Amino acid sequence: MIAGALAVLAVAVGLVLMALSESIVFFHMPSDIKAKAIPEGQRIRLGGLVAAGSVKRGQGTDVEFAITDTAEQITVRYRGVLPDLFREGQGVVTEGKLEAGRIFRADTVLAKHDETYMPPEVAKALKEKGLWQHGTPPPAVTVPQPAAEKK
Amino acid sequence: MIVELGHFALVLAFLVCLVQMVLPMWGARVGDDRLMGVAEPAALAQLGLLIVAFAALTHAYVVSDFSVANVYANSHSTKPLIYRISGVWGNHEGSMLLWVLILALFGAAVAAFGTNLPATLRANVLSVQASIALAFLLFILLTSNPFARLDPVPAEGRGLNPILQDPALAFHPPFLYAGYVGFSMAYSFAIAGLIEGRTDAAWARWVRPWTLAAWMFLTVGIAMGSWWAYYELGWGGWWFWDPVENASFMPWLAGTALLHSAVVMEKREALKVWTILLAILTFSLSLMGAFLVRSGVLSSVHAFAVDPKRGVFILAILMVFIGGGLTLYAWRAPSLRQGGIFAPLSREGGLVLNNVLLTTATGTVLVGTLYPLALESINGAKISVGAPYFNATFVPLMVPLLLALPFGPLLAWKRGDVYAALQRLMVAGLLAIGAIVLVFALVERGPWLAPFAIALGVWVIAGAISELLFRVRVGNADVAEILRRLRNLPRSVYGTAIAHAGVGVMVIGITATSAWQSETILTMRPGETTRIAGYEINFKGVAPSDGPNYREVIGLMQVSQGGSRIVELAPSKRQYNAPPQATSEAGIHVALMGDLYVVLGDEAGDGAWSVRLYFNPLVRLIWIGAVIMFIGGALSLSDRRLRVGAPRRVRRPTHAPAPAE
Repeated sequence: MIAGALAVLAVAVGLVLMALSESIVFFHMPSDIKAKAIPEGQRIRLGGLVAAGSVKRGQGTDVEFAITDTAEQITVRYRGVLPDLFREGQGVVTEGKLEAGRIFRADTVLAKHDETYMPPEVAKALKEKGLWQHGTPPPAVTVPQPAAEKK
Repeated sequence: MIVELGHFALVLAFLVCLVQMVLPMWGARVGDDRLMGVAEPAALAQLGLLIVAFAALTHAYVVSDFSVANVYANSHSTKPLIYRISGVWGNHEGSMLLWVLILALFGAAVAAFGTNLPATLRANVLSVQASIALAFLLFILLTSNPFARLDPVPAEGRGLNPILQDPALAFHPPFLYAGYVGFSMAYSFAIAGLIEGRTDAAWARWVRPWTLAAWMFLTVGIAMGSWWAYYELGWGGWWFWDPVENASFMPWLAGTALLHSAVVMEKREALKVWTILLAILTFSLSLMGAFLVRSGVLSSVHAFAVDPKRGVFILAILMVFIGGGLTLYAWRAPSLRQGGIFAPLSREGGLVLNNVLLTTATGTVLVGTLYPLALESINGAKISVGAPYFNATFVPLMVPLLLALPFGPLLAWKRGDVYAALQRLMVAGLLAIGAIVLVFALVERGPWLAPFAIALGVWVIAGAISELLFRVRVGNADVAEILRRLRNLPRSVYGTAIAHAGVGVMVIGITATSAWQSETILTMRPGETTRIAGYEINFKGVAPSDGPNYREVIGLMQVSQGGSRIVELAPSKRQYNAPPQATSEAGIHVALMGDLYVVLGDEAGDGAWSVRLYFNPLVRLIWIGAVIMFIGGALSLSDRRLRVGAPRRVRRPTHAPAPAE
């Protein structure tokens, strides 16, 4: 019986290691993309602040915006409905792949539940760059609130 | 004044806890009945004081007393009454107060109904319970005082986060906490058992109902959260393997294992050491869940802005109770006497397999949830572990569990006959094979594994029914005899079968909605029609509307099927005024085969709106399954043999008839 339990455990460890090597996704800020030379086509999470004035709606549900960490900026293309709390000037995390010409093709824009919530990776990266502190609004939040409010 | 009274009651409760922690344990050590006797009145007083504190905070919310910082930050005078009340626990401070209140409720239940417990065990249990409450009361008083006042008094509050203004979420935290905190009973009993160096069948009989009750609450709490996420967040999903979700799921998995191992301990006096460990681990995972949710160390879609200092305090509580519990376990567990030997193929063996698979699955979820934290602290790399990881690790462990599940209740204790069980499950097996054929014939798309997963669900349900039929001897007895046996079957047998069937129902729902969900995202102009899963959806345009504390734009969607009108859906985008925040309300049409789910997106220019449509086949079965599991648990709990204070060991002739040996 103990052998059986160990066998189950061994299978589980194998599954965990295999799954971890295949399905983890690294988080990067726009500056990292250049500095670490992230290859195109690798699935990553890209986070930072939505650059003020960068949100452009295209055909249908296509939308384009830029993610910035104030040093570097990356253009993100996304097809779909943006989360309710997506705003210019606020923290955002997207998931997808880098394409030719430093365009990030996102298939997921992570939602959040609360206006003041800042994803910890973004918060930490911004703090390391001295751009943001706990309890204060993010640096670019003074931008006029975009279209969503105009009903 | 009432607010100060609440704060004062909270401080008093802290002092009462201190007394309740020290005196009874000391009394149990030196054998002083008077000292041990302090535990019960203290536990009841603690509950009374916390009710006063909680009522005081609730009062401040109901009358919108914005001089209280917590009310100012989380409430608003225009909010409907129910959300002013649910706002009490819709924030960090209030939810911690609810946590200690429920903790006290469980402690008081032991004090009030535990009269047939051995005196020393009762004193020790209440003492350990008080130590947990003490830690959290200290946490509340030092870092999260819900009664802090504001000066000058603001005229209006900032309001509750609009997505929390929802009926399901109003009751989600109380259920979840009742589950988390309920496992503290198992922990307290385990620690008390270790302190005394004695655990036996009576111990297990005492722990089981508490664990079962906690497990039932947690089941419903998680299901409610999932249901809420499904209809309120507008993503059309019901589970995201998000760290905050995993935080509640891990205690559930461990608690499920504990529930089953406690059965072995009660009936056969075996697996003692393991059951105690599992009791400690289950509550440890509950505490860790509280830490992950309340500290915000993990990136989560369900996380709210938090103060990082509080995380450190909870981490300290975590270390004391997990570290202390495990140290005591390492020290005392070897002295516990093992009893009851059994063959691998037996009821015990089946329950061991259940435990091995469930705890391993808990382990994989734990690794996936904490790996990002570990990696970041090692080399600074920030990663996320998402659904692909969990699908690749968790699901393969559940398959053998579900395959083996129907066998368990059909095997005899000590030594079971697998061949006989197999014969009894023949019909269930045939039904499962029939399900594979049927699903392959009916559905033309989707992953080829899906029909097998559906069959697994059918197998579990049919297996549960087969067990009941076997127990009442359908096929071997006349109708009168069957009816008599049906009446006499213990409720816990029904409870087990029903809860197991609930698992099967849930598996079918999960499989169907994961494999065959349809999704369309498009922009629609008024007058345009689109199709999904046999429905025609005509977008008639948008209309503005005003709610009590929000304004909204409603999308008018006429849904028809085969030319006949069925329903008009009204997905909306709401803009709340306090706090100013936008939310989406999905329009959902519930039908037998699944949900049509419509979300109104953003305006895309010149009258067009982006619209997201889903068809989620059989998705309701997920929550219906959870409710069935709850009902099964409730039936078991009401069983006379499990009930607190029932005469010990009432053997019934129909219980566990030994299959042919």
